[in-house]
Amino acid sequence: MGKVVVVTSGKGGVGKTTSTAALGAALARTGQKVVVIDFDVGLRNLDLVMGAERRVVFDFVNVIQGAAKLPQALIRDKRVETLYLLPASQTRDKDALTEQGVARVIGELRPKFDWVICDSPAGIERGATLAMRHADTAIVVTNPEVSSVRDSDRIIGLLDAKTEKAEKGERIDKHLLLTRYDANRAARGEMLTIEDVLEILSTPLLGIIPESEEILRASNFGTPITISNPSSAPARAYLDAARRLKGEAVEMSIPSDKRGILNKLFGRRAA
Amino acid sequence: MRFGLFRRSSAPVARERLQILLEFERRIDGSDLLARLRDEIIAVIAKHVTLDPENVRVKIDRGKAVSLLEVDVEIPNSPGALHATPTEAM
Repeated sequence: MGKVVVVTSGKGGVGKTTSTAALGAALARTGQKVVVIDFDVGLRNLDLVMGAERRVVFDFVNVIQGAAKLPQALIRDKRVETLYLLPASQTRDKDALTEQGVARVIGELRPKFDWVICDSPAGIERGATLAMRHADTAIVVTNPEVSSVRDSDRIIGLLDAKTEKAEKGERIDKHLLLTRYDANRAARGEMLTIEDVLEILSTPLLGIIPESEEILRASNFGTPITISNPSSAPARAYLDAARRLKGEAVEMSIPSDKRGILNKLFGRRAA
Repeated sequence: MRFGLFRRSSAPVARERLQILLEFERRIDGSDLLARLRDEIIAVIAKHVTLDPENVRVKIDRGKAVSLLEVDVEIPNSPGALHATPTEAM
């Protein structure tokens, strides 16, 4: 039986979709069978970040409404063959995702995949609560910034109250993924430190993703960063986070792109 | 405040503001405490005094050690307003 993971945050723009794609690809690269699901009905973007936007024929809502079978809607990644995407629809009907429909689809995917990763929409509305509903594990994506930390706190409260596991009296496994972290600014007292965020949210850390130009570059190309540039600092951070998710003990670090002086003076990058 | 040397670092301020706010928000557990308080306060007072719910303000000021609940009830001076409305004795 596969593990169901929700990538959530409350606040928008903190890196849920980027992290879903990067972690999904990182896990799939190790041979694990992974499906990433876009729950952001009406504002889908996981397809774009994964470079599959022109291959969408059927979507999540089509499957729920019975217009398509699940295998017809799953898009297999062209680079990593154990990675699949279930895209959201662009319908404006917010009620298109139903509780029973989502339960059925997750129930069908769970035995066939090692990882079912649900990319939650921002907010605390229906889409977000449905995305977390069946999760065994939650990844709370947080920026070291007041509004993001506050929203994460709210989401952590919802994870402990509104998920299937919580309702059964079980504990949902929660991890914090700190993204867009700038160690220099934190050292100068301009940004909440890792310790600050951990103390405030008291949730164990899955990884620290450094702020990096490489993230935008990867989404511009439509390739998860862990595939497009696995040696870059953010990709190394995501690869480590994926290993921790699998239960491996990986020492926590903040990878950085230390470039030599020559490299800084001449040209940005070789590839 | 313009120059780097004299500028107070902002992260500790962020940290403290968040701690105070979240401690409060966790206690009320995301539910709308103010609205509930307001409804119940109005119900209790309306048993004894005629009042316009529009003129009841409930406010919470969050402090570090204690929070202050402020209830502001405007009672019209019209005749009979201060007389108990006919409800059974409490």
